[in-house]
Amino acid sequence: MTEDDLRQLIGRVKRGSLSRRGFIRRMAAVGITAPMATQLLAIAGAAPAAARSVPAYAPTRRGGGALKILYWQASTLLNPHFAVGTTNQDASRVFYEPLAGWAADGTLHPILAAEIPSIENKGLAEDGRSVTWKLKRGVKWHDGQDFTADDVVFNWEYARNPAVASTSAGSYRDINVTKIDDFTVKVEFAQPTPFWADAFVASVGMLIPKHLFKDFAGANSRDAPTNLRPVGTGPYRFADFRPGDVVRGEANPNYHLPNRPFFDTVEIKGGGDAVSAARAVLQTADYDYAWNLQVEDEILKRLEAAGRGRVNIIEGGAVEFIQLNATDPNREVDGERSHISTEHPAFRDPAVRRAMALLLDRKSIEEFIYGRTGPATGNFLNNPPRFRSPNTTMEFSVERANQVLDQAGWARGRDGIRAKDGVRLRFVYQTSVNAPRQRTQQIVQQAARRAGIEIELKSITASVFFSSDVANPDTFGKFYADMQMYTTTMPQADPQRFMNQYVSWEISQRANSWQGRNITRWRNAEYDAAFRAAEGELDPIKRAALFIRMNDLVVGSNHIIPVVQRPTVSGNLNTLRPVLSGWDLTMWLLSDWYREA
Amino acid sequence: MTQYLIRRLLIAVPSLLGISVILFTVLALAPGDPFEELATNPAVPPEVRMQLRASLGLDDPIHVRYIAWLTAMLRGEWGFSFISRIDVDRLILQRLPTTLLVIGSSQVVALMIALPVGVLAATRPYSLFDKIANTLAFLGFSLPTFFTGLLFILFFSIYLDWLPFVYRSQIDATGWRWVWEHIRQAIMPVMVLGLFQGAAWTRFVRSAVLDVIRLDYVTTARAKGLEERVVINRHVVRNALIPVVTLVALQMPTVFGGAIVTEQIFRVPGIGSLLISAILANDTPVIMAVTFVFSCLVIFFNLLADILYGWLDPRISYS
Repeated sequence: MTEDDLRQLIGRVKRGSLSRRGFIRRMAAVGITAPMATQLLAIAGAAPAAARSVPAYAPTRRGGGALKILYWQASTLLNPHFAVGTTNQDASRVFYEPLAGWAADGTLHPILAAEIPSIENKGLAEDGRSVTWKLKRGVKWHDGQDFTADDVVFNWEYARNPAVASTSAGSYRDINVTKIDDFTVKVEFAQPTPFWADAFVASVGMLIPKHLFKDFAGANSRDAPTNLRPVGTGPYRFADFRPGDVVRGEANPNYHLPNRPFFDTVEIKGGGDAVSAARAVLQTADYDYAWNLQVEDEILKRLEAAGRGRVNIIEGGAVEFIQLNATDPNREVDGERSHISTEHPAFRDPAVRRAMALLLDRKSIEEFIYGRTGPATGNFLNNPPRFRSPNTTMEFSVERANQVLDQAGWARGRDGIRAKDGVRLRFVYQTSVNAPRQRTQQIVQQAARRAGIEIELKSITASVFFSSDVANPDTFGKFYADMQMYTTTMPQADPQRFMNQYVSWEISQRANSWQGRNITRWRNAEYDAAFRAAEGELDPIKRAALFIRMNDLVVGSNHIIPVVQRPTVSGNLNTLRPVLSGWDLTMWLLSDWYREA
Repeated sequence: MTQYLIRRLLIAVPSLLGISVILFTVLALAPGDPFEELATNPAVPPEVRMQLRASLGLDDPIHVRYIAWLTAMLRGEWGFSFISRIDVDRLILQRLPTTLLVIGSSQVVALMIALPVGVLAATRPYSLFDKIANTLAFLGFSLPTFFTGLLFILFFSIYLDWLPFVYRSQIDATGWRWVWEHIRQAIMPVMVLGLFQGAAWTRFVRSAVLDVIRLDYVTTARAKGLEERVVINRHVVRNALIPVVTLVALQMPTVFGGAIVTEQIFRVPGIGSLLISAILANDTPVIMAVTFVFSCLVIFFNLLADILYGWLDPRISYS
């Protein structure tokens, strides 16, 4: 076997027309051992790392019939730059594709990119100021036009234009994108940027065609007919869309990967509720896949017992946590409660915060409320595993809490409520209306009562609690309560955006219409410094250490009490083989879904 | 008659204006905005959210927004959905066929139950049939639709596995199979709504027929030696149905308005489910359009019922 033959074979593996296993078998036939063959592939860049993070695609032909997916929320629009939530992003992802997506293990997987940029392949600049993406050649939009670098540059111009009012603007505002040639684009950053895989990647990175949107790239963006009739590069072509009801697609015969997609048609039906969605898959098998089953684990287990389908639990970074207000919600300064110049009368004492953390019975919460869908955690930053701190503990002890409070001088009054210097341990604890949250509140309330702390529970409708309405006092951003609880999500496999929730310049206050991300209003100079350092740190190991330090600082202060992780839970028929990831959309690799015979 | 019609139409204008002012103020005062999911997503900077609010005009004072809405409505523009970023009339028109089909056929089912059962029960008052019909009717309208809906799903879909409980507006089939699939998935929602409405109407028909059957002219008809069938059909039912017709006319707006709970349970993409999802998402233009159109229909069908009444019953005149 000559070198040229070898190169050709490796080329076929890279293009996907020869499987890695097939390559190794042929090598064995000419006397090259399997490990050696694997290494050959690795050196040649037919990245085994990426192959590991995505399960092998088995089908050798198309024509797999219909794929029926059930969402209990319905998609309302199909322009990824307008998507308000994951439902719309998922629906758009059927037709549109980004340059790369995040696999389940937190690594990047190329989609419209020819390869993932790295220092080795000269895609990443050593100073972290730019990244060069090489685009896959021969990709066509559904209408037959070629996909080129112009489309990528156009998406940047489109998303960053304030007149378009895109929801993805945050990822495109502060970068500069230039076209090098028809299949190469360069993204430049103002500062060294270790987290470079944001623009054009995953949920914010879906690319829309320039030739159909260029006349609608301003205030008239909403008039584009393509908003409702997408033309993308994805595995399925647009067939039909009814806002708030159903999205349908049919197989794209010219898809840029061989033997894909497997299914002839795909349908995403929306509406209804999570429990009946679980039933329609696990019990009656009317549908193949049900999204985001926020259902009690007990019910899921009962439905699984029917033996038709199974539940997928995919870890991500989302965490349910309790915040202890660092400011005083009951004093008004300049007409603003929870003002940054005030201090919480009770939570300023570390002993009280420590006691509150000791009073959280995570084990019972996991066991009796969330089950598999909410493993207890003592960390705010849990995933990817390289960022998980080993230094935190989860202790539940009413006795220790009593001890800590006694030592700090908080004595019980005649009514059993502790007080010190006229400050009583009586807190308002708010969260959104949601059955597991109300049950968690009760568990905390009961434990606190045994330690001489009285907690008043408050629950607010989710659409109010999570709104950005400046006039409403009950939003989570205003935090006009002593404690509150909700889930914060982590949309990328990098913690930078996630950990800015505790930096001092993000404090939520009137000046930023309570849109700041630091809602706890906790301030710490060391945290700020660590965050600044991580923003520019290019060494991945040092950077991970900085994020672990940040987690330890904020969790150690006990202003933040992590409760449970919130992995994404979905259900599918036993025969369906979906490819899921906790770091990207549900549909992030719909091209690779198939059904086993 | 024409004068009466003009007077009624003129009265309708201020009441519609009043309705729209109340609806708009209540919605504007209601807390929340359409960007709940953006708020907890760290990848979306707050400026983007604020810009979105401004671009949708959410930061303008209420009266400015109301006048903008009213002038647009007068020009025939129903508004623009915050959530779907398309015109509301397109959203509503897309949902109308399914709503008319499901709710319309449920009303037909209700009538088909109520008329024969009500008339038969009234002609044999306090018989065994009347008692059974009465009991079932009471049961029917005391059980709320969300309960019967879930009961139907549990029994017919999960236990027996006969009928699908997810309604699909488009079926991939042609010919008779297509028709059959549509019927199969519509059976449960139509029956749930039809039985509920039918139970209430049965009681109404029965009492209307009882009122008429005791009148002297019925006795006269019988004394003439007419057949019982003719007496009931030609003399009793015809007159007894006058109030029933008005009742059905008043019920018509609901056919367009959809059935919120039932649509949600069976995932029927009708106007009711559009309304509830718009309310949950704080999509004000859609809520305004749907409720406003609904109030227009109520006023219109009220007028129609009054006119119909006069036409059916010559004793009533509008001059």
